[in-house]
Formats: sequence, structure tokens, C-alpha cells
Amino acid sequence: MKLSHEVKRKIIQIAAFGFSNSYLGNLASGRLYQGKWKNFCNPGMNCYSCPAARFACPIGAMEAVSTKPGSAVGFYALGFVLAIGVIFGRAICGFVCPFGLIQELLYKISSVKKRIYKPLTYIKYALLVIFVFLMPALVVNKYGIGAPSFCKYICPVGTIEGGIPLLLTIPSLRTMLGKLFTVKAAILVGTIISCVICNRFFCKVMCPLGALYGLLNKISIYSMKHDAEKCISCGKCSDVCPMDTDPVTKPNSPECIRCGRCVHACPTCALRQDFK
Amino acid sequence: MEGKKKRVAQVLIFTAAVCMIAFGVYRGEVSTVFTKAVNVCLECIGLG
Ligand code: SF4
Ligand code: SF4
Repeated sequence: MKLSHEVKRKIIQIAAFGFSNSYLGNLASGRLYQGKWKNFCNPGMNCYSCPAARFACPIGAMEAVSTKPGSAVGFYALGFVLAIGVIFGRAICGFVCPFGLIQELLYKISSVKKRIYKPLTYIKYALLVIFVFLMPALVVNKYGIGAPSFCKYICPVGTIEGGIPLLLTIPSLRTMLGKLFTVKAAILVGTIISCVICNRFFCKVMCPLGALYGLLNKISIYSMKHDAEKCISCGKCSDVCPMDTDPVTKPNSPECIRCGRCVHACPTCALRQDFK
Repeated sequence: MEGKKKRVAQVLIFTAAVCMIAFGVYRGEVSTVFTKAVNVCLECIGLG
């Protein structure tokens, strides 16, 4: 039996999800995994406050360092993301990000489906610069300590993967619920509804990690080529694209998650993805 | 971006990334990340 490309991709996504979240037993106790893997970052978005999580979240790790007085930039996590990104680009999003898989499953829920309004895709760059780089380092208390602003005010991944399991299992945390949680819960509900209607809404509009990987898509070793001589302009590639981009005009668009659907939809093999 | 220019950019960014990781390790960022990652992050879960 020959598996389709999409099925193979799903198997890789599920395996990556499982490896990133293999301490499932912790979900019942609300205890976090505290072993040595937590020294390393996950390539995709996965909250380190999820009891099942194996790795540190790269965005949370960057912020954790820059909130410290005198640190300004989280070089360790940023370097990790740049190194991975220059090799794979946004293929990380298409193949190994746990929250990418969650969003693809949400999109399977039957509802009206919409494409993204392109200007909204620039929001993620603003979130990256303001909430991940600037605010944690510059908005500080009297001791010079900042807050991980993207995690604190926005990240729905933390609310769903960390907040909900921990609030369900640790009663003392429930006494601390307040306005901030209401805001984050509202963002989570909005994100879930948007992901049901628009494929990978969080990736397109909100993800600062996807923004960084996307910027590297133009130069990453894993990249896409379009052969204009073979192309018959049928439009099948852009029709199947979950990221609402056109691989003919922009094969290395910052939006492309390298899922390969377009490559496999092309009747003349005019698109190709490889390490070059 | 094509050909040689692209290769130069890849090498430069990868080298810079490795230097960043080394500098981060040198100034103790790994333990900051580890400490944050093994304790409940109240900000992440919407309580902090
Ligand atoms: S954009 Fe963010 S959430 Fe989406 S797949 Fe990429 S890293 Fe994951
Ligand atoms: S352009 Fe192709 S590989 Fe990129 S996201 Fe769209 S369908 Fe997937």
C-alpha cells in the first residue's frame, strides 16, 4: 500500500507531537517533567508549562532570559531558532510543530471556511518585535525585571497546553484566577474559532516563531523551486495551499510551511522542494 | 535569493547562530531556561 504525501506528513507530525509531549502521565498529577531535556528548546511552539512537555518553548526561553536585568537578548534560544531555521525554514511548521498539528485538526471541524485577509499576516512580525523582543527587556519593574509579555498577554498555546491542564489538577491555582486569565481565555477561544474557520490562523497571524522561520524561508537550505517552462498556469497549486500563498509567484514566501501539497498537486511536476 | 549570495547568507546566519548559542551557554542562559521550564510559569498559564 502506497501512503500519500499528506498521510506521511501526518505521521511525522503525530510522531513529533508525541516526542515533544511524551510525559502524558503528568497530566493527571499536574506535575511538570523536570529532567535534562528541559535544557533544550522545542523547534515548534509547545508550552513548557504543559505537564507532558519534554522541551522548553523557544519563545518562552528567549523571553525568560531577556526579562533578567542586564540580559536584554536571549541568545541561546534565538541562536537555536536561527540555526534550525536556516536549514529547514518553515518546514518546522509544516512537519514538527505540535501546535501546527492541533490547528490542522481544528480545521477539520465542519464550518464555513475562509482564506486569510493578507494584511493580517503582518501582525505576527509586530508581535515578535514588540512582545517577544522589546517589552520583556524594556518594560521592567523597580528591580529591573521584565515580564515575558507574549506568554503573559497573548499566547493561546500556554493557555490551552499549560493553563487548562494545571487549573484542572491543582486547586490552589484556581484561587488565583483573575482579569488576566479572562483576557487570555478570550484570546484562546477567539483563536480556536478562527482556526476552525481559517486553516492555521495562529500560524498565519499570531505566531512569533513562525514569523522568524518565515523570514528565513528565502535563504533556508530546504527550499522550493518553480520551473516556469513546465508550468501550465492551471492554479492547482495555489488552490490546495493551506497558507493561502501562491508557490508560482512566491515559491519561498514567508508564509509557506513547506507542507508539499502544491508539489504533489502539480500535474506537470513544475514545483520541487529539496535541500539546496 | 539565488546561488552564491544565498549560500553566503546561509553560512553567515548559521555561524552567527552557533556563536549566539555558545555565548548564551557561556553567560549561563541554559540554567535560566531550565529553571523557567521546570517550574509552572504563571504568566504562560494566564495567572501571573
Ligand atoms: S507558525 Fe508557530 S504555531 Fe504555526 S507551525 Fe509554525 S511554529 Fe508552530
Ligand atoms: S506553497 Fe505549497 S508547500 Fe508552501 S504552504 Fe502552500 S501548499 Fe504547502
